[in-house]
Amino acid sequence: MPELLLEVLSEEIPARLQHSAVEDFKGLFCAKLRDQGLFFDSAEAHVTPRRLVLVIDGLQTRQSDRIEERKGPKTSAPEKSILGFLQSAGYESLGHPDLEKREIKGSEFYFVKRLVKGCSTKELLPGVIHDAVTELRWPRSMRWASGTLKWVRPIHSILCIFDGRLVKGDISTGIGLAGTSETAIRFTNKTCGHRFLAPAFFTVNNFSDYVEKLRNSFVIVEAEERRKIIVQKANDLAEEHGLLLHTDDFLMNENTGLVEWPVVLVGSFSEIFLTLPDEVLVTSMKRHQKYIPLYQRDGLLAPRFVVVSNLTSNDGGAAIVAGNERVLRARLYDAKFFWDVDRQTSLDDFSKRLGEITFHAKLGSMSDKVIRLAKLGVKIAQRVPKANADMVERAALLCKADLVTEMVSEFPELQGVMGKYYALQQGENASVAAAIADHYSPLGPSDVCPKAPNSVSLALSDKIDILVGMFGVGGRPSGSKDPYALRRAALGVIRLIMENDLRLPLIEVIRESHKSYKLGVLGDRSECVRTLVDFITDRLKVHLRELDYGHDVVSAVFAVTEEDDLWRLVARAKALKEFLASTAGADLLGAYNRASNIVQIEEKKDRVTYNADVNAEMLVQQEEKVLFADLISFRDKLGRALEGEDYASAMEAIADLKEPVDAFFDQVTVNCENAALRQNRLYLLGEIRDSFKTVADFSLIKG
Amino acid sequence: MVRQNRRALSFQELILTLQQYWATQGCVLLQPYDMMVGAGTFHPATLLRSLGPKPWRAAYVQPSRRPSDGRYGKNPNRLQHYYQFQVILKPSPEDIQDLYLGSLTDIGIDTRHHDIRFVEDDWESPTLGAWGLGWEVWCDGMEVSQFTYFQQVGGIDCEIVSGELTYGLERLAMYVQGVENIFELDWNGAGISYGEVFLEAERQYSQYNFDHANVTVLRRHFEDTEAECLSLLAVELPLPAYDQCIAASHLFNLLDARGVISVTERQAYIARVRTLAKKCCETYLALESDATPLPDAE
Repeated sequence: MPELLLEVLSEEIPARLQHSAVEDFKGLFCAKLRDQGLFFDSAEAHVTPRRLVLVIDGLQTRQSDRIEERKGPKTSAPEKSILGFLQSAGYESLGHPDLEKREIKGSEFYFVKRLVKGCSTKELLPGVIHDAVTELRWPRSMRWASGTLKWVRPIHSILCIFDGRLVKGDISTGIGLAGTSETAIRFTNKTCGHRFLAPAFFTVNNFSDYVEKLRNSFVIVEAEERRKIIVQKANDLAEEHGLLLHTDDFLMNENTGLVEWPVVLVGSFSEIFLTLPDEVLVTSMKRHQKYIPLYQRDGLLAPRFVVVSNLTSNDGGAAIVAGNERVLRARLYDAKFFWDVDRQTSLDDFSKRLGEITFHAKLGSMSDKVIRLAKLGVKIAQRVPKANADMVERAALLCKADLVTEMVSEFPELQGVMGKYYALQQGENASVAAAIADHYSPLGPSDVCPKAPNSVSLALSDKIDILVGMFGVGGRPSGSKDPYALRRAALGVIRLIMENDLRLPLIEVIRESHKSYKLGVLGDRSECVRTLVDFITDRLKVHLRELDYGHDVVSAVFAVTEEDDLWRLVARAKALKEFLASTAGADLLGAYNRASNIVQIEEKKDRVTYNADVNAEMLVQQEEKVLFADLISFRDKLGRALEGEDYASAMEAIADLKEPVDAFFDQVTVNCENAALRQNRLYLLGEIRDSFKTVADFSLIKG
Repeated sequence: MVRQNRRALSFQELILTLQQYWATQGCVLLQPYDMMVGAGTFHPATLLRSLGPKPWRAAYVQPSRRPSDGRYGKNPNRLQHYYQFQVILKPSPEDIQDLYLGSLTDIGIDTRHHDIRFVEDDWESPTLGAWGLGWEVWCDGMEVSQFTYFQQVGGIDCEIVSGELTYGLERLAMYVQGVENIFELDWNGAGISYGEVFLEAERQYSQYNFDHANVTVLRRHFEDTEAECLSLLAVELPLPAYDQCIAASHLFNLLDARGVISVTERQAYIARVRTLAKKCCETYLALESDATPLPDAE
């Protein structure tokens, strides 16, 4: 079947963008083919630092023919409008066989009905390619030379072969704003190999030919294959040296996106540098250099690293390794210098300089923040089991000091971590040091969440302080704008509470935090409490949905209560989720819906609400007496369960009602002749509905 | 280290080779701008000439000052005064990457032997209201150049996109000569080292930048240059006005090195310099388009 091969050859595309770009490009291209009525069997996308590649297999060689119909004016319409219609449809007289008269609702109209021949694919492809290339969106794109075309980096050529033949066409780079002449990138059947090892251009016939020839020209087209080579070789080399490497998707993906011809090498650095904290060494290797650190079998960092180069050289990579070792040596030398200098000053002294660092223009300096954190930390520590308020206070006073150290100025991502090392160096309690390191965590949904009580207390304080501060000055996030990462802070609060089973009355804690700000800095306290509790509960909903709680389960639980104890909300949701997954839960839903639906329908009809007390005297049939009796004991059980925050038992109690409800509906006619009996029965069902609602709003659950 | 058979280029030979190479590519060889700047981009031959429709190619060495990077001559990798070799090609030619790689070959870096990579590095200068996309160029993991396609300068969209190439000369020379300490670089191939030329200056200027520069005077000078810049713009003299903008920028860097600028103040200073830069660019461009009719569209 006919195959289409497309390659956009450009200057180096940022590694982090490659994967999503080529997937977007494929989606865009396939959609445009379908828009043209061109169908195909399969589409594949590949990407290298310089190439976006699409292979469309089994592509139709031409559009299918189609019948085109067009309605014209009434046959009785003035001649002028009939002539106008003829003209626009491209006919000279009404006698043409494509024209016919048809009756619609008693009037007669002219119709054109004709066979439109499909265009050939090769005629349509230039337009499709043009649109797909120019409409592809990049996070940041650029112009080059004097053109107006925007892309991630300049495009050099576009290879397009359909069914073994070059497709003719081009993409204009646009007429320059300065009126320079228009230039175009003409489609070609040639591409080039590796930038240095095989830069010559060669002709390509089809995809397998393309892959083969590029492989001979030191380019591996498939990213997955490059990745596998890197992982495999890196592991082999580690083993050769008796070392291990940790899997690191970020590093593997980056390196895969930086090379067309991966050549994996090992370098080393002096053991002198092993006195530096591991995080400093790893950051120095990873951050700019994208080196993969190697570890001893006992887990300690080894003075070795893996570097992925893009070149096979005739000295076996010796010069490349030597060069990379030099670069790392210079970086580690700097890091060691910072480490030595920083340790000559105590964290307490560093802390004194925090007055010079603004936390936020309206919210004061970092020094102000530290004082607030110490206050709030103590309050929160009282609510975190096993936390030590004095240690939390000490950690709070030191936790931002590392921001003014040399090391953190150089490696901002080491904030907190360096604080920990410097704290240990000056003899602080290990738990204080750990709290300093942990207090920024968790940084998002996949980051490790602190567990140590002192760390948890300080981490909560840090997040609540910024949330309260920003909400207090009207800085809540809107749309995609969240410059202070408040959503992440709220998620942090949620995870710290959930993953440590904490009971934290949010309203009270927010009030405490609000009080810790200087008078007049923040707006109205109750407004701040209200909006912030809403915000955090909203984030909790999002978080639960990400944890695979159904949309309906979350809504059902959150519809019921005003709650500032996240633990209770989560426990309720968890019990409901588990209950619904059981057979009892699914069955009960049916029973609930029967009861609630009929009440709702009758309420609407009668324009009343059936929520009065049931009159026990007026229950006549056995089934309704049983149901009422069960309902009474159910309410007791439910009350006790809710009181004791035992939501699983609450669900069990509900499940017990299934049988009497079913029996009731089987034997009892609700809408009976006797109006008083009918009303009483509706009261009974109404009561069932309402007591269910104290657990969750079951009407929101999807069956 | 790089050349097996020949002696590696001395520091001055490196400069001469790059000048020769880029002169051959049709660049106007300029001399350093005679003001204290943080980077070669500040030179009017880059910043102002990148505006407007006129084609332009230039290359020059620019001594660059980054007061905060000083280490009293004690760090083998850091200097508060160093050299950049700057190339500006407007419009950016289609083979600009190959042209750049040709220059590496000329200074003795064999691209079949060393791992050269173009690694994403977008450039932005908040003080100049300028940004562009490009790469840092790696040679065996070391950044040897910055490569930028200018998109906006002085807050103005570049009508024609310039390609800017900036070589960090000391680092490149260290690489070419296989030297681990800047001060040990061979300057002239005849016994003079980089340290002999600049070590004492690094010591003295580090003390000046960090400890002795008079903060009150610096702040006053900043105000003066700002006022001077604005009054020169008022009489449509963007070139001398731009000198004042450059001076203001350097004064800000000195104040920053003295550690007397808070984060908020910092933003305010940057915004003030940016305002000057933007106004200089706007005025320069307005005069340019008055003076030079646009070339006819072909």
